[in-house]
Amino acid sequence: MRAALGWLLRGGLLGGLAFLIFGPLANLVLWAVAIQWYFPHKLPLTWGFKYWGEVFKPTSDTIAALGTSVLIASITVLVCLLLAVPAGYALGRAQVPGRRLILLLLLLPQAFPNLAVYFNIARLFYMVGLNGTIAGVVLVHAAHGLVIAVWIATAAFAAIDPELELAARNIGASALHTALTVTLPLAMPGVTASGIFVFLESLDEFTGTYFVGVPDVTTLPLVMFTASLAGNYQIAAITALVLLVPAVGFMLLIERFLKAEMLAKIG
Amino acid sequence: MVLALFVYPLGMSLVSAFTTKEGAPSLDNFAKAFELYGNDIVFTVVIVVASTVLTGLFAAAIGGYLVLGAHPAAVAVLKSLYRWPLFIPFIVAAQCMRTFLAKNGLMNNTLATLGLVDVGSLAGLLDWRGIIVTFVWKETPFVALLVSGAMASLDRATIEAAANLGAGGLRILVEIILPQVAGVMVVGLTLAFVTMLSVLSVPIMISGGSPTMITVDMAFRVNSYGDYGVANALAFVSYAIAGLAAWIYLRRNLASGGGL
Repeated sequence: MRAALGWLLRGGLLGGLAFLIFGPLANLVLWAVAIQWYFPHKLPLTWGFKYWGEVFKPTSDTIAALGTSVLIASITVLVCLLLAVPAGYALGRAQVPGRRLILLLLLLPQAFPNLAVYFNIARLFYMVGLNGTIAGVVLVHAAHGLVIAVWIATAAFAAIDPELELAARNIGASALHTALTVTLPLAMPGVTASGIFVFLESLDEFTGTYFVGVPDVTTLPLVMFTASLAGNYQIAAITALVLLVPAVGFMLLIERFLKAEMLAKIG
Repeated sequence: MVLALFVYPLGMSLVSAFTTKEGAPSLDNFAKAFELYGNDIVFTVVIVVASTVLTGLFAAAIGGYLVLGAHPAAVAVLKSLYRWPLFIPFIVAAQCMRTFLAKNGLMNNTLATLGLVDVGSLAGLLDWRGIIVTFVWKETPFVALLVSGAMASLDRATIEAAANLGAGGLRILVEIILPQVAGVMVVGLTLAFVTMLSVLSVPIMISGGSPTMITVDMAFRVNSYGDYGVANALAFVSYAIAGLAAWIYLRRNLASGGGL
């Protein structure tokens, strides 16, 4: 009897939690397949994929924004990894004096409300003509992503057993050869994870793009935001789903790259 | 790059906050900011602090159950559940909540269908409560992930010793586990705190009206009036609030000397 009550309690708590976590997502999905839905009806009146056709027709704003978003995110990843891999190697592998301080300093922008920084960057970019350009948005995204990329890359390089490198050196490999064929492949899961992370962050970034990108660069989050405020919930929901898929996919993948214990060391 | 895209704009922000449009040093911007948005500043602090506290409680509860839970099945279910919002962007979370918490949202509808609430008395939660719900929903997985990672790497001997002496789960969590992971908890909560302080989309989309959070006021000041002075004065207030949190964070981080 007690055991049954215990399971009832556990089931109730977990069920409640599941409702709180998935309820908002379910509501989003409902809106994505609703055609007509208004108060006081509890479920959509007419269902269908009418709005999907509108969102995904080749000339739509959403498709254009998706292209822009992916382009920006790809360049951002490239920029971040080019900088983060050498930095992570140096900070994680070699004994750089003051590395702890460098890592903390890098984190400082994270410990700041970045909204204020963004609109001042926008003001600055406006003076030098970077406002409303892809390059400007990439710079803002990269500055944000770099911090995470360097931290994850550092953790990845630091986790490699130095004995493996020594072994390679002992049998005659040069330092560069060792770095490229032994160290880098071993650090690859971490580096890949940081690359995916930077890509997602860029794809999802709203505040910086909102200030720096307007009026010419429109990314997916901006399309969603505009649609939502205009009351086009179907369009907003479908766009949100497009943003949701990579986010959830990464959440499910991340365990293969990063252990929770490793994340605990960053921080 | 960090210097050019962070330190310089920050400097600009500070200078702009403390000068008039003509460039003379003054505190006019602050006077105006407090006069127009004093309520919003208080509102922001209350919301962010409440969200942080709730996030901490949920994260501790989730982490605690993951470590101490006696039923592997329940632990496994919780483990696969709690992470879902982790990488969901704020703007998507805001859109979800905008519909979920509305008067006619799925939450009210479900509660009404279950007969738990009366349909006539329903009101939406799209105000300060909605903002807190969204923040906690979004930030708990992150903090819980950090905290449960730290909990998992604790020495189990002390936990088992306490359990052998008859301590209950809650007591073990509060008296033995939490003190040992307090450092990680503070780090996670500080990052969550600062993030919440600078999110623009959630307050705009959940609760457009007054009072609102100062992030919305800053955006409004910039976009509608081009008034960088007052916006930067508000920005300075948010730096000060975050600075307080960051100070706790750094003290904790340097004192522990651990980390990487």
